[in-house]
Amino acid sequence: MKRTIGLTALAVMLACGTASAQQVDVKIGVLSDMSSLYSDVGGPGSVVAAKMAIADFAKANPNVKVTLVSGDHQNKPDIGSQMANQWFDVDKVDVIVDVPNSGVALAVSQVAAQKNKVFLVSGAAASDLTGPKCNANTVHWTYDTWMLANGTGTAIVKTGGDTWFFLTADYAFGAALERDTKAAVEKAGGKVLGAVRHPLNTNDFSSFLLQAQASKAKIIGLANAGGDTINAIKQGAEFGIVKGGQKFAGLLVFASDVNALGLQTAQGLTLTETWYWDMNDANRAWTKRWQAERNAPGKFPTMVQAGVYSAVTHYLKAVAALKSAADGKAVVAEMKKLPTDDPLFGKGTVRADGRALHPAYLLEVKAPAESKYPGDFYNLRATIPADEAFRPLKDGNCPLASG
Amino acid sequence: MFEIFGIPSTALFGQLLIGLINGSFYALLSLGLAVIFGMLNIINFSHGAQYMMGAFAAYLLLQYSGLGYWPALVVAPILVGITGMIIERLFLRWLYKLDHLYGLLLTFGLALIIEGVARNYYGSAGLPYVLPESLRGGQNLGFMFLPNYRAWVIVASLTICFGTWFVIERTRLGAYLRAATENPALVRAFGINVPRMITLTYGFGVALAAFAGVMAAPIYNVSPQMGSDLIIVVFAVVVIGGMGSILGAIVTGFGLGVIEGLTKVFFPEASNTVIFVIMAIVLLVRPAGLFGRRG
Repeated sequence: MKRTIGLTALAVMLACGTASAQQVDVKIGVLSDMSSLYSDVGGPGSVVAAKMAIADFAKANPNVKVTLVSGDHQNKPDIGSQMANQWFDVDKVDVIVDVPNSGVALAVSQVAAQKNKVFLVSGAAASDLTGPKCNANTVHWTYDTWMLANGTGTAIVKTGGDTWFFLTADYAFGAALERDTKAAVEKAGGKVLGAVRHPLNTNDFSSFLLQAQASKAKIIGLANAGGDTINAIKQGAEFGIVKGGQKFAGLLVFASDVNALGLQTAQGLTLTETWYWDMNDANRAWTKRWQAERNAPGKFPTMVQAGVYSAVTHYLKAVAALKSAADGKAVVAEMKKLPTDDPLFGKGTVRADGRALHPAYLLEVKAPAESKYPGDFYNLRATIPADEAFRPLKDGNCPLASG
Repeated sequence: MFEIFGIPSTALFGQLLIGLINGSFYALLSLGLAVIFGMLNIINFSHGAQYMMGAFAAYLLLQYSGLGYWPALVVAPILVGITGMIIERLFLRWLYKLDHLYGLLLTFGLALIIEGVARNYYGSAGLPYVLPESLRGGQNLGFMFLPNYRAWVIVASLTICFGTWFVIERTRLGAYLRAATENPALVRAFGINVPRMITLTYGFGVALAAFAGVMAAPIYNVSPQMGSDLIIVVFAVVVIGGMGSILGAIVTGFGLGVIEGLTKVFFPEASNTVIFVIMAIVLLVRPAGLFGRRG
């Protein structure tokens, strides 16, 4: 009896061994801000999006076995890179996804390159990730500072907003966004009159708003995100910025921010996004599923969360084609070779510098009277085609692009 | 128009006034902390979370019972104050005889729980709350545009601050309170219910935080982390003013608001560190704080 059990165990072990030879194992890590200012932009909603991508992929590809872990980088680059190191070395994670906060993303990108793993950026914005700091292991999916600057900046200058003053968050992302917007504004014939750098997570903007008011600039560009943008716009309404003839340009405004501001305060704001939940039937269907999975019927997914779904889907396709996730560089090369195609971002490509290309949308926040149901936030003003939405390859100074 | 260090004087006056207004938030919050520390010897680390609860209560009252800003200004602090009293009865009263560290740890833990619960149900992005109709618009003072709401903030805060100071330092009730912290046994011997007085005092301190929260709701982002962003600064204010000194908390609150406001003009990048630099200097020169008594 004992012997039969032993033999069976041996047989099972052998069977598992042969099975795993055909089976491809992938471990995905969603590293995001789970508990602070960007946790509604990415956070738990990004984890849900990744789960959905894995579930959809598994239906068609049962031989790829995907496990998912998630973690909180607390918006600290040191914690982020430490976690990335541990995930890659100890937990055998093959790919890190999301990472809102450009400071953390730049750190994680370096770790991914060192360990030859993959980094799919959805939450972070700094265009440097596919510019001077690009590497062969990083793919930047959803949006970046150049695309935001070009979309919103150029459109506003064209409609007469030709003098600008910036309120800039004092870290990597804010600096990149201000720099890229300044270039876009000046290229379109506008002028930048000044800028003020405020610390991340500033509560009171009244002092900065007074400086912006004194500058007499027609447009106050908000090169910040999340709670900072919300506070600036909320207090701008109080200080009569819009009534005084000045206008805000929200350079990075997510659907979750519009929800937090309320349409009464946010109406008329121009912004650029690459994905909006109410754009078409596919997005609406996905949103419904996301809300059910997330168990949050009143919440609407942001472009960052949709980007996580789309990026993970494309990554898994590349892994399935290679039948291995071990070599990060090879997977990213495969991702660049395959055309992208998924229900949310449509057809597109990943460029040599790691930039994913898809259209961007210039949107305007509706007035409360125009909004017919919860989440009915935007009017579509213009669609920027994929080849114009992102920085031209030659302007990025990415070493991969020149070689 | 003349200039001071390259900044037009008119702009500078505007900034001074703005600083004073921000200072009134610091004063309101540090006042509550000072009352609680002075009377209960508890370092109330959940003060920021209770400030957030005040703002959330205002939002929920509007959402579910249609109570606007003005009623919320009264109802929210009472509701949050009651939760404070429950906390005092259940947890804090066991800690008065122990080291400060225990109270700090307990209230810090409570703050994390309260914030976590709020984040779980309402997310981190924030909740909308608009300015009350009656306080929209503003006055053009010539050197700056002063929103009516900010003028109201400064008036309300000054009234509450000096009212509290007066009650504690100049009335019989205040005298009982102060006596009870010095020698509870003796005060009890005079027939005064000291534990109940302590509970009410904690409730009052918490209500002050909630009041500041309601005041903040129309102009600051109402999010679960709104309190933790502010509480560290407020603690610095209390330390600079002298732990437990009520006048110290008020004066330092307004003063540091002004200094922070000026930093935002001359060197905005340092505006969130300047208070801590001042704290370090004050602690080196006067370890008990500006208004603290050396114990």
